[in-house]
Amino acid sequence: MPAPAPANPRALPSEQIILFRIGEQLFAVSSASVQEVRSADTLASAATEISVSSVPQVRYFMKRGEQVLFLVDGAAHFGLPASQGILAFVLRNTRAVLLVHSIEKMSTMTRLQALPLTFCHEERQWYRGLTALDQNVVPVVYPEGFLSAENLALLDAAFPPKGETPGKQNAPGTEFIP
Amino acid sequence: MTAATEFDLKSFVLLRLGELRYAVAADATIELLPLSRVFRFPHKTPEIEGVILRRGRIIPVCDVAEALVGKRTVSRRYYLIATRRFGSQTEWVALPVTGECELINAGLTALTAASETDEPHVGGWLSHEGEIIEVLNLGALTPGPDQPLPQRRVPQQLQTEPAGQDEAEMRP
Repeated sequence: MPAPAPANPRALPSEQIILFRIGEQLFAVSSASVQEVRSADTLASAATEISVSSVPQVRYFMKRGEQVLFLVDGAAHFGLPASQGILAFVLRNTRAVLLVHSIEKMSTMTRLQALPLTFCHEERQWYRGLTALDQNVVPVVYPEGFLSAENLALLDAAFPPKGETPGKQNAPGTEFIP
Repeated sequence: MTAATEFDLKSFVLLRLGELRYAVAADATIELLPLSRVFRFPHKTPEIEGVILRRGRIIPVCDVAEALVGKRTVSRRYYLIATRRFGSQTEWVALPVTGECELINAGLTALTAASETDEPHVGGWLSHEGEIIEVLNLGALTPGPDQPLPQRRVPQQLQTEPAGQDEAEMRP
Protein backbone atom coordinates (compact mmCIF):
# COMPACT_ATOMS: atom_id res chain seq x y z
CA MET A 1 0.00 0.00 0.00
CA PRO A 2 1.52 3.37 -0.93
CA ALA A 3 2.39 5.66 1.93
CA PRO A 4 0.09 8.66 2.24
CA ALA A 5 1.46 11.82 0.77
CA PRO A 6 3.11 13.97 3.44
CA ALA A 7 1.30 17.14 4.35
CA ASN A 8 2.69 20.06 2.43
CA PRO A 9 4.76 21.94 4.98
CA ARG A 10 4.61 25.03 2.78
CA ALA A 11 0.83 25.11 2.50
CA LEU A 12 -0.38 28.61 3.27
CA PRO A 13 -2.90 29.25 5.98
CA SER A 14 -6.09 30.53 4.48
CA GLU A 15 -9.43 31.92 5.47
CA GLN A 16 -12.82 31.60 3.84
CA ILE A 17 -14.34 34.96 3.04
CA ILE A 18 -17.57 36.28 1.60
CA LEU A 19 -17.15 38.99 -1.01
CA PHE A 20 -20.11 41.34 -0.97
CA ARG A 21 -21.11 44.68 -2.38
CA ILE A 22 -22.56 47.78 -0.86
CA GLY A 23 -23.55 49.90 -3.83
CA GLU A 24 -20.71 49.32 -6.30
CA GLN A 25 -18.05 48.88 -3.64
CA LEU A 26 -16.63 45.44 -2.99
CA PHE A 27 -15.83 44.30 0.56
CA ALA A 28 -14.89 41.03 2.22
CA VAL A 29 -15.84 39.53 5.54
CA SER A 30 -14.68 36.31 7.12
CA SER A 31 -17.38 33.72 6.54
CA ALA A 32 -16.79 32.55 10.12
CA SER A 33 -18.13 35.92 11.24
CA VAL A 34 -21.44 35.54 9.43
CA GLN A 35 -23.99 33.47 11.26
CA GLU A 36 -26.82 33.85 8.81
CA VAL A 37 -27.74 35.59 5.58
CA ARG A 38 -31.32 36.69 5.05
CA SER A 39 -33.31 38.83 2.73
CA ALA A 40 -33.88 42.17 4.44
CA ASP A 41 -37.57 41.82 3.52
CA THR A 42 -37.92 38.84 5.81
CA LEU A 43 -36.73 40.96 8.73
CA ALA A 44 -39.09 43.82 8.00
CA SER A 45 -41.92 42.60 10.21
CA ALA A 46 -39.53 41.85 13.08
CA ALA A 47 -37.78 45.19 12.88
CA THR A 48 -38.80 48.27 14.79
CA GLU A 49 -37.69 51.78 14.05
CA ILE A 50 -35.18 53.51 16.30
CA SER A 51 -33.65 56.94 15.93
CA VAL A 52 -30.42 58.06 17.56
CA SER A 53 -29.06 61.11 15.81
CA SER A 54 -25.43 60.29 16.52
CA VAL A 55 -25.81 56.75 15.14
CA PRO A 56 -27.55 57.48 11.83
CA GLN A 57 -26.47 54.21 10.26
CA VAL A 58 -28.92 52.36 12.53
CA ARG A 59 -32.60 52.93 11.88
CA TYR A 60 -34.04 49.62 13.04
CA PHE A 61 -33.56 47.08 15.76
CA MET A 62 -34.94 43.59 16.23
CA LYS A 63 -35.17 41.16 19.11
CA ARG A 64 -33.74 37.67 18.91
CA GLY A 65 -34.52 35.80 22.07
CA GLU A 66 -33.23 38.02 24.82
CA GLN A 67 -30.81 39.85 22.55
CA VAL A 68 -31.45 43.13 20.80
CA LEU A 69 -29.76 43.39 17.41
CA PHE A 70 -29.29 46.60 15.46
CA LEU A 71 -29.62 46.75 11.67
CA VAL A 72 -26.67 48.71 10.30
CA ASP A 73 -27.12 50.33 6.91
CA GLY A 74 -23.75 49.51 5.31
CA ALA A 75 -23.99 52.40 2.84
CA ALA A 76 -24.55 54.92 5.63
CA HIS A 77 -21.80 53.35 7.75
CA PHE A 78 -19.20 53.70 4.98
CA GLY A 79 -20.60 56.97 3.63
CA LEU A 80 -21.44 55.46 0.26
CA PRO A 81 -24.08 56.98 -2.01
CA ALA A 82 -26.34 53.95 -2.13
CA SER A 83 -29.75 52.95 -0.93
CA GLN A 84 -30.26 50.64 2.02
CA GLY A 85 -29.12 47.09 1.40
CA ILE A 86 -31.48 44.27 0.59
CA LEU A 87 -29.52 41.42 2.19
CA ALA A 88 -28.88 41.11 5.90
CA PHE A 89 -25.75 39.53 7.39
CA VAL A 90 -26.41 38.46 10.95
CA LEU A 91 -22.91 38.71 12.41
CA ARG A 92 -21.54 36.44 15.10
CA ASN A 93 -20.39 37.84 18.43
CA THR A 94 -21.73 41.30 17.70
CA ARG A 95 -25.11 42.95 17.93
CA ALA A 96 -24.92 44.25 14.39
CA VAL A 97 -26.91 42.98 11.44
CA LEU A 98 -25.26 44.40 8.33
CA LEU A 99 -27.42 45.43 5.38
CA VAL A 100 -25.64 44.94 2.04
CA HIS A 101 -26.69 44.89 -1.60
CA SER A 102 -25.37 41.63 -2.96
CA ILE A 103 -23.05 38.73 -2.43
CA GLU A 104 -20.40 38.53 -5.13
CA LYS A 105 -18.98 35.12 -4.25
CA MET A 106 -17.28 33.03 -1.62
CA SER A 107 -13.51 32.98 -1.84
CA THR A 108 -10.35 32.15 0.07
CA MET A 109 -7.68 34.59 1.11
CA THR A 110 -4.17 33.51 1.96
CA ARG A 111 -2.73 36.89 2.75
CA LEU A 112 -4.09 39.79 4.75
CA GLN A 113 -2.05 42.97 4.79
CA ALA A 114 -2.55 45.37 7.67
CA LEU A 115 -4.15 48.65 6.73
CA PRO A 116 -1.23 51.02 6.01
CA LEU A 117 -0.64 53.42 8.88
CA THR A 118 -1.22 56.39 6.59
CA PHE A 119 -4.90 55.50 6.95
CA CYS A 120 -5.27 57.02 10.36
CA HIS A 121 -8.92 57.76 11.03
CA GLU A 122 -12.15 55.80 11.54
CA GLU A 123 -11.21 53.31 8.87
CA ARG A 124 -8.81 51.70 11.33
CA GLN A 125 -11.87 50.54 13.26
CA TRP A 126 -13.63 49.43 10.09
CA TYR A 127 -11.06 47.15 8.49
CA ARG A 128 -8.96 44.19 9.58
CA GLY A 129 -6.78 44.86 6.59
CA LEU A 130 -6.59 44.61 2.82
CA THR A 131 -6.31 41.57 0.63
CA ALA A 132 -5.39 41.24 -3.03
CA LEU A 133 -7.75 38.97 -4.96
CA ASP A 134 -7.81 38.51 -8.73
CA GLN A 135 -5.74 41.67 -9.30
CA ASN A 136 -8.14 43.62 -7.13
CA VAL A 137 -7.64 45.04 -3.64
CA VAL A 138 -10.47 44.35 -1.25
CA PRO A 139 -10.92 45.76 2.26
CA VAL A 140 -11.70 43.06 4.82
CA VAL A 141 -14.14 44.39 7.40
CA TYR A 142 -14.12 43.94 11.15
CA PRO A 143 -17.55 42.65 12.16
CA GLU A 144 -17.02 44.37 15.50
CA GLY A 145 -16.34 47.66 13.72
CA PHE A 146 -19.91 48.37 12.69
CA LEU A 147 -21.03 49.41 16.15
CA SER A 148 -18.59 50.83 18.67
CA ALA A 149 -19.13 50.46 22.40
CA GLU A 150 -20.18 54.10 22.40
CA ASN A 151 -22.71 53.47 19.61
CA LEU A 152 -24.15 50.53 21.52
CA ALA A 153 -24.42 52.53 24.72
CA LEU A 154 -26.32 55.26 22.87
CA LEU A 155 -28.59 52.75 21.15
CA ASP A 156 -29.25 50.86 24.37
CA ALA A 157 -30.13 54.11 26.09
CA ALA A 158 -32.73 54.75 23.40
CA PHE A 159 -34.17 51.24 23.66
CA PRO A 160 -36.93 50.33 24.01
CA PRO A 161 -38.69 53.27 22.43
CA LYS A 162 -41.80 54.15 24.37
CA GLY A 163 -44.88 52.19 23.36
CA GLU A 164 -42.97 50.04 20.88
CA THR A 165 -42.58 46.32 21.03
CA PRO A 166 -40.49 44.34 18.61
CA GLY A 167 -42.46 42.37 16.08
CA LYS A 168 -42.57 38.65 15.66
CA GLN A 169 -39.55 36.90 14.32
CA ASN A 170 -39.61 35.44 10.88
CA ALA A 171 -38.46 32.11 9.59
CA PRO A 172 -34.72 31.56 9.84
CA GLY A 173 -32.55 32.30 6.84
CA THR A 174 -29.56 30.50 5.41
CA GLU A 175 -27.28 29.30 8.15
CA PHE A 176 -23.57 29.74 7.43
CA ILE A 177 -21.47 26.97 8.86
CA PRO A 178 -17.85 27.77 7.98
CA MET B 1 37.87 63.29 -4.88
CA THR B 2 39.18 62.41 -1.44
CA ALA B 3 37.54 59.91 0.82
CA ALA B 4 36.60 62.74 3.16
CA THR B 5 34.69 64.70 0.53
CA GLU B 6 33.04 61.56 -0.76
CA PHE B 7 31.81 60.93 2.75
CA ASP B 8 30.42 64.44 2.89
CA LEU B 9 28.14 63.84 -0.09
CA LYS B 10 24.48 63.03 0.43
CA SER B 11 22.18 61.70 -2.24
CA PHE B 12 18.77 63.11 -3.00
CA VAL B 13 16.02 62.33 -5.44
CA LEU B 14 14.56 65.42 -7.07
CA LEU B 15 10.89 65.07 -7.92
CA ARG B 16 8.80 67.36 -10.02
CA LEU B 17 5.34 68.70 -9.23
CA GLY B 18 4.30 70.98 -12.06
CA GLU B 19 6.93 73.69 -12.39
CA LEU B 20 8.46 73.08 -8.98
CA ARG B 21 11.08 70.60 -7.83
CA TYR B 22 11.41 69.08 -4.39
CA ALA B 23 14.02 66.81 -2.87
CA VAL B 24 13.68 63.62 -0.89
CA ALA B 25 16.63 61.86 0.73
CA ALA B 26 17.61 59.06 -1.64
CA ASP B 27 17.75 56.54 1.17
CA ALA B 28 14.03 57.21 1.74
CA THR B 29 13.08 56.29 -1.82
CA ILE B 30 12.54 52.90 -3.41
CA GLU B 31 11.72 53.27 -7.09
CA LEU B 32 9.87 55.24 -9.74
CA LEU B 33 6.83 53.45 -11.14
CA PRO B 34 4.62 54.13 -14.12
CA LEU B 35 1.02 54.96 -13.29
CA SER B 36 -1.16 52.01 -12.43
CA ARG B 37 -4.70 51.40 -11.32
CA VAL B 38 -5.66 53.03 -8.04
CA PHE B 39 -7.97 50.88 -5.95
CA ARG B 40 -10.37 52.96 -3.91
CA PHE B 41 -12.47 52.04 -0.90
CA PRO B 42 -14.25 54.06 1.77
CA HIS B 43 -12.04 55.75 4.36
CA LYS B 44 -11.74 59.03 6.23
CA THR B 45 -8.16 60.09 5.49
CA PRO B 46 -8.60 62.72 2.76
CA GLU B 47 -4.91 62.90 1.84
CA ILE B 48 -4.99 59.27 0.69
CA GLU B 49 -6.52 58.57 -2.71
CA GLY B 50 -6.47 54.81 -2.53
CA VAL B 51 -3.89 52.10 -2.95
CA ILE B 52 -1.88 50.55 -5.76
CA LEU B 53 -0.75 46.98 -6.02
CA ARG B 54 2.93 46.38 -6.72
CA ARG B 55 4.29 42.82 -6.78
CA GLY B 56 1.79 41.75 -4.14
CA ARG B 57 2.44 44.74 -1.91
CA ILE B 58 -0.41 47.18 -1.28
CA ILE B 59 0.86 50.77 -1.25
CA PRO B 60 -1.18 53.85 -0.30
CA VAL B 61 -1.21 56.73 -2.80
CA CYS B 62 -0.75 60.14 -1.22
CA ASP B 63 -0.94 63.23 -3.43
CA VAL B 64 1.37 65.67 -1.66
CA ALA B 65 0.89 68.33 -4.35
CA GLU B 66 -2.18 69.70 -2.64
CA ALA B 67 -0.17 70.48 0.49
CA LEU B 68 2.86 71.74 -1.45
CA VAL B 69 1.47 73.65 -4.42
CA GLY B 70 -2.16 74.04 -3.41
CA LYS B 71 -3.76 71.76 -5.97
CA ARG B 72 -3.80 68.10 -6.87
CA THR B 73 -1.55 66.86 -9.63
CA VAL B 74 -3.55 66.68 -12.84
CA SER B 75 -0.86 65.58 -15.27
CA ARG B 76 0.81 62.93 -13.17
CA ARG B 77 3.17 60.57 -14.93
CA TYR B 78 4.79 58.39 -12.29
CA TYR B 79 4.63 57.30 -8.70
CA LEU B 80 7.73 57.86 -6.62
CA ILE B 81 7.72 55.09 -4.05
CA ALA B 82 9.17 56.42 -0.84
CA THR B 83 9.45 55.14 2.69
CA ARG B 84 7.60 56.74 5.55
CA ARG B 85 8.62 56.06 9.13
CA PHE B 86 6.08 55.51 11.91
CA GLY B 87 8.17 55.17 15.04
CA SER B 88 10.08 51.94 14.58
CA GLN B 89 7.96 50.89 11.58
CA THR B 90 8.62 51.84 7.98
CA GLU B 91 6.01 51.67 5.24
CA TRP B 92 5.97 52.48 1.57
CA VAL B 93 3.93 55.34 0.17
CA ALA B 94 3.34 56.24 -3.49
CA LEU B 95 3.73 59.93 -4.32
CA PRO B 96 2.29 60.99 -7.71
CA VAL B 97 4.79 63.15 -9.60
CA THR B 98 4.50 64.98 -12.89
CA GLY B 99 7.87 64.18 -14.43
CA GLU B 100 10.92 62.02 -14.21
CA CYS B 101 13.00 62.15 -11.08
CA GLU B 102 16.68 62.91 -10.87
CA LEU B 103 19.25 61.46 -8.51
CA ILE B 104 21.84 63.99 -7.36
CA ASN B 105 24.71 64.03 -4.91
CA ALA B 106 25.01 67.18 -2.90
CA GLY B 107 27.88 68.29 -0.72
CA LEU B 108 26.98 69.10 2.83
CA THR B 109 27.79 72.73 2.11
CA ALA B 110 24.83 72.75 -0.30
CA LEU B 111 22.48 71.81 2.52
CA THR B 112 20.83 74.18 4.97
CA ALA B 113 18.91 72.90 7.96
CA ALA B 114 15.26 73.87 8.33
CA SER B 115 14.61 76.77 10.65
CA GLU B 116 11.88 77.13 13.23
CA THR B 117 9.92 79.36 10.91
CA ASP B 118 9.78 76.76 8.14
CA GLU B 119 6.70 74.61 7.63
CA PRO B 120 6.83 71.23 9.40
CA HIS B 121 7.12 69.40 6.08
CA VAL B 122 10.39 71.22 5.27
CA GLY B 123 13.26 68.99 6.29
CA GLY B 124 15.88 71.42 4.98
CA TRP B 125 17.00 73.34 1.93
CA LEU B 126 19.21 72.20 -0.90
CA SER B 127 21.14 74.46 -3.24
CA HIS B 128 21.39 72.84 -6.67
CA GLU B 129 22.21 74.39 -10.05
CA GLY B 130 21.37 77.84 -8.78
CA GLU B 131 18.01 76.74 -7.43
CA ILE B 132 16.99 76.47 -3.78
CA ILE B 133 14.97 73.29 -3.35
CA GLU B 134 12.90 72.19 -0.38
CA VAL B 135 13.97 68.87 1.14
CA LEU B 136 10.74 67.15 2.13
CA ASN B 137 10.07 65.67 5.53
CA LEU B 138 7.64 62.93 4.49
CA GLY B 139 6.76 62.20 8.10
CA ALA B 140 5.16 65.63 8.35
CA LEU B 141 3.81 65.71 4.80
CA THR B 142 1.93 62.42 4.74
CA PRO B 143 -0.75 61.44 7.24
CA GLY B 144 -0.23 59.04 10.07
CA PRO B 145 -1.14 58.48 13.67
CA ASP B 146 0.48 60.91 16.09
CA GLN B 147 1.60 57.98 18.17
CA PRO B 148 2.15 54.37 17.21
CA LEU B 149 -1.15 52.52 17.27
CA PRO B 150 -1.50 49.38 19.31
CA GLN B 151 -2.04 46.25 17.26
CA ARG B 152 -5.71 45.34 17.34
CA ARG B 153 -6.47 41.80 18.39
CA VAL B 154 -7.61 39.79 15.40
CA PRO B 155 -9.88 36.97 16.48
CA GLN B 156 -10.15 35.43 13.02
CA GLN B 157 -7.90 32.70 11.71
CA LEU B 158 -5.62 34.75 9.49
CA GLN B 159 -3.22 37.19 11.14
CA THR B 160 -2.47 40.47 9.45
CA GLU B 161 1.03 41.13 8.28
CA PRO B 162 2.52 44.60 8.52
CA ALA B 163 1.78 46.79 5.53
CA GLY B 164 5.47 47.35 4.92
CA GLN B 165 6.36 43.69 4.70
CA ASP B 166 7.45 42.20 1.42
CA GLU B 167 5.29 39.57 -0.20
CA ALA B 168 5.70 36.50 1.91
CA GLU B 169 3.83 33.56 3.17
CA MET B 170 1.41 34.18 5.99
CA ARG B 171 2.47 33.02 9.36
CA PRO B 172 -0.25 31.01 11.07
